[in-house]
Amino acid sequence: MGQDIFEITINGIKLIVIFLLMVQAVPILVWVERRGSAFIQNRLGPNRVGPLGLMQLLADAVKFLNKEDFLPRKAVRALFYTAPVYALIPGVIAYCAIPLGTPLQIEAFEMAGKMWGPYTFAMQGFDIGVGIVFILGISSLAAYTILMAGWGSGNKFSLMGALRASAQIISYELALGLSIVGVIMLYGTFNLTDMVLAQQGPMSFSFMGNQVVIPWLPNWGLFYQPLGFILFFAATFAESNRLPFDLAEGEAELVAGFHTEYGGFKMLMFFIGEYAHMMIAAGLVTTFFFGGYLVPGFTPAEIREFVAQNLASTPNGISAITSVIHLLAYFVKFALFLWFFIHVRWTLPRFRYDQLMDLGWKTMLPWALFNTILTAVVIYVAYNFA
Amino acid sequence: MPLGGVLFLTIFIALFGTLLIFLARAMGGDQTRNQTGVKFDPYECGIPGQEKKDTKVSVKFYLTAILFILFDIEIIFMYPWAITFRDFIEAGAGTAVGLSMLIFLLIFIFGLFWEIKSKALEWD
Repeated sequence: MGQDIFEITINGIKLIVIFLLMVQAVPILVWVERRGSAFIQNRLGPNRVGPLGLMQLLADAVKFLNKEDFLPRKAVRALFYTAPVYALIPGVIAYCAIPLGTPLQIEAFEMAGKMWGPYTFAMQGFDIGVGIVFILGISSLAAYTILMAGWGSGNKFSLMGALRASAQIISYELALGLSIVGVIMLYGTFNLTDMVLAQQGPMSFSFMGNQVVIPWLPNWGLFYQPLGFILFFAATFAESNRLPFDLAEGEAELVAGFHTEYGGFKMLMFFIGEYAHMMIAAGLVTTFFFGGYLVPGFTPAEIREFVAQNLASTPNGISAITSVIHLLAYFVKFALFLWFFIHVRWTLPRFRYDQLMDLGWKTMLPWALFNTILTAVVIYVAYNFA
Repeated sequence: MPLGGVLFLTIFIALFGTLLIFLARAMGGDQTRNQTGVKFDPYECGIPGQEKKDTKVSVKFYLTAILFILFDIEIIFMYPWAITFRDFIEAGAGTAVGLSMLIFLLIFIFGLFWEIKSKALEWD
């Protein structure tokens, strides 16, 4: 985590801050979801508690805290209590591996009679070389949460919901994993920061010996991998159990799926886990296809230059303001994708289970294969026939 | 070393979640000891619960899991290839590496179509 006690402390605080931000984002997202769905359906939604109903989330939290702790007679106590706590872990850890901004550089300084630094703090929880593999591996551990909750509740609906959900998650894991192969081929790296940096500047690539530059388009992965983007984004909907893929909790058949027996704060923790997966999906789509934290039209070096001339004079200040600008750019893109998730949920109806499985195995998997082969052929042609 | 961070965050979240559960129990009341009455039956839509816990489930789920493992391993094998493909092309070995991957992909595609044809993916 770091070289000395200062760096370790800052990195630890950074992890906790990211975690608390994710937990805090959930009530706001729930509010956006409820208000948004209300406007989509020509209703008003929560608007009584506080301005615009924003305090609704505080009222909800108090209500959740005051729910009695309930354990059904046939439940397996250990699994029933572990599942909601475990639901928080994979989502948050995977999200911490996504870069959120340019690194913060701090010059050497003197404190308590000793020289410290210079330091570089990455704007992400952990800077992992094999970022994609790490995120895929950790986030698919969430399937265990669902199975633990489903088995631990000792209820038929829970068990069936859990089985459905886990079968759905692993089926779309294939399309998800395969649609990224094209992205990996494009950037030639597993590291998410390198991927983001490969997307700076205007769109330019060399094709069959000619250097092609399109100055009015950013150099984003979307324009190289449109099919990969569609497949990846659709698969993440299934991975995070959102409509139109929320077969795990089809109310008409399964009451509420794997969390039928849960209530109060334990239920809320499953919610946080689900929203964490939505955030991972939005963050990964931003990183792979929409330039991550880059501001379209400006490279980080240009923004740094602009900040140095106009906004700050000390090196620490320049670095901090540059990081904040990129952080804001990232969150704008991120919020747009989160809104897209919510909009789709209130627009599309749910699939039937066999249609869901057919879509995953017979449609998306072959298309992802096609995307891989196509990308490989194009890269091969672009390099070899000069 | 990111592993230290991962461990630290895992422990922190586990403690946080446990604390929330105990806080909710302290404020809302404990209903986990004396489980008598219909309230503690497994949820059912108004009729007395009949089922045992080992409800029989479709074998299709098991089959899906097995097929998933097969295909997932094949996809994982493609990752190291994908990351080095451009380097191989630049070193002049692109044709050999590309063709060997094509053979692997043909086996993959054959497996997928055989699986579809043998109706292993039909849900009724």
